[in-house]
Amino acid sequence: MKIPILKLGDTLLASIPEDLTDEDAIHFQTDTLEKVKKTEAGGVVIDITALQVVDSFMARVINDTANMAKLLGAEVVLCGMNPSVAITLVEMGRELIGVKAVLNLEQGMKALRKLIDKK
Amino acid sequence: MNQITVEIKDQKDIITARQAVRDMARKLGLRLADQTRLATAISELTRNVIQYAGNGVCAIRDVSDAHVLRIVAVIEDFGPGILDVEKAMTYGFSTSKGLGAGLPGSKSLVQEFDIQSKPGNTKVTIVVCRRRV
Repeated sequence: MKIPILKLGDTLLASIPEDLTDEDAIHFQTDTLEKVKKTEAGGVVIDITALQVVDSFMARVINDTANMAKLLGAEVVLCGMNPSVAITLVEMGRELIGVKAVLNLEQGMKALRKLIDKK
Repeated sequence: MNQITVEIKDQKDIITARQAVRDMARKLGLRLADQTRLATAISELTRNVIQYAGNGVCAIRDVSDAHVLRIVAVIEDFGPGILDVEKAMTYGFSTSKGLGAGLPGSKSLVQEFDIQSKPGNTKVTIVVCRRRV
């Protein structure tokens, strides 16, 4: 499954669909980084509204992607986490997610804009 | 009693197993947070099966009674076994490149957690139970 990564001006937007296999998640990571480089995007909003389960693997992929994007010079904002996912991630252990997170897509685009403009 | 068995052979089976447990939990009337806790624990534990043993089985049973909603899941594989179970249960310990959050993380999501491992057989049993309201 290929996840579409949309370009909006100097930002990228990716919405992760439900029930991604581990392999798809890793492909998503690579695709995102390549698209950042290719489009010279200032940042990426990753929308996880559709995810009902974020386990430690998916959490790591999201974290790693954000850190890797940072190395390229781009910012990452996470949006749309479901309350039960937040509950589970915190209960499972320390700092599984260390990315800037906001409630929804609208706030995500705003937060990303701020981060990019600050640079 | 209602039982679902999912054979764990590849990554897609992780998704099948966690969907199955979510469905069962939802139909039983467990709250969304508990559905997610269960599905996440199953996701972690079945991934361990794929990663460390190659294949195994995940059996999910509804053993609720008049007072308590109870789901028992047994995740079993026939791989090399865990050398040091105590260490494997420590947060941050991993023999692969993982976060080391899988086993201790799953444990913190459920009410009961048991792990038995010897060469050729690892068996993890988890239980989620809630008083009926």
